[in-house]
Amino acid sequence: MTPTRKRRLAMVSVLVLGVGTAAAITIATLQDNMMYFMSPMDVHAETVEEGRTFRLGGLVADESVKREPDGLSIRFDVTDGYKEVPVIYTGILPDLFREGQGVIAHGSLDANGLFRAHEVLARHDETYMPPEVAKALERAGHPSSD
Amino acid sequence: MWQKIKVAFHKLGSPAYFYGFSGRLLPWLWIAFGGLAAWGLYQALFVVPPDYQQGDSYRILFIHVPSAWQAMMTYVTMSVLAVITLVWRIRIAEIMAMVSAPIGAAFTLICLTTGALWGKPTWGTYWAWDARLTSMLVLLFIYLGIMGLYAAFEDRRKGARVASVLILVGLVNIPIIHFSVEWWTTLHQGATIRLFGESTMDPSMIEPLIYMTIATKVLYAALLLMRSRTELADQDRRRAWVRQRVAGSTARG
Repeated sequence: MTPTRKRRLAMVSVLVLGVGTAAAITIATLQDNMMYFMSPMDVHAETVEEGRTFRLGGLVADESVKREPDGLSIRFDVTDGYKEVPVIYTGILPDLFREGQGVIAHGSLDANGLFRAHEVLARHDETYMPPEVAKALERAGHPSSD
Repeated sequence: MWQKIKVAFHKLGSPAYFYGFSGRLLPWLWIAFGGLAAWGLYQALFVVPPDYQQGDSYRILFIHVPSAWQAMMTYVTMSVLAVITLVWRIRIAEIMAMVSAPIGAAFTLICLTTGALWGKPTWGTYWAWDARLTSMLVLLFIYLGIMGLYAAFEDRRKGARVASVLILVGLVNIPIIHFSVEWWTTLHQGATIRLFGESTMDPSMIEPLIYMTIATKVLYAALLLMRSRTELADQDRRRAWVRQRVAGSTARG
């Protein structure tokens, strides 16, 4: 390699490394702001003040989904396997919403620690399989969804 | 043997040789792409079983995932070409890097659009500002920025060198896209297909994904050669080798 090319290659390497380092530092600093949602454990650990809007993510706890008498609102618990946060929501739910399914709710906590959501999104997991396989897994005692 | 490879490589650097060689290769690439995409799409839409939760809507991933991979792979390829542009200043590499940007932008746009169409029935929203979706949108803007910067220069070789610097600056976004679903909580699910470790997709669904992935690679190669030929002939339109070919083809036609 000629000296000119060596010098250019060195400059290119410095450029890529420099940008990489700068990005890594920025990302590390903004770590908390890059999170799309908080888990129930985060909510319990950080004592989020009431009224502050954030996203709560986790699984819909089994046997926790209850329709309110008004027929529109729905109550359920969001769990991460350690802690639970009760949620109330009025509106249309995504098709994938069901017990054991991942969800992300956007809203805030009220004075009683109830999470009032104004939006509920389903979070799909990365598992894809045909219905027959899912049924076979269930018969064998493995839950098909996490 | 090494000498032979070196000679072949140097030959490819000659515009006239590259033009002829790529012209002969192109029809085969198009045939390969047509076959792979047709077979892959047929498998994806009619043969593989529906998903246990999403039913048929998951089939969009057979377009979405290969486009996303190719959008990122195009960027990595373009970055290698940008290093060659900056260090060795090989003209064919400059042209190939520059014509890669619109192709990569198209793959990114396909990925974002199909993702939004899938997101509505699955998540309940077309768009969310989570780390994965946002970093992919940033990739689109980087591609557009490279195209704009290159076009802003009268001297195209100079433009290619300046745009190559931007390409290498934007390279930092590629690992961010890839790891976004691991580093942060996102609405987008984690990786299903893993190179190392177990993939969480049933084996009966994987075949069309493999065909479509190879098909997008071949499509990129075909578009890359096609656009490079056009750009090369346009830049050299006053040179003898282009005039000969153009004159030859008019005489024949």
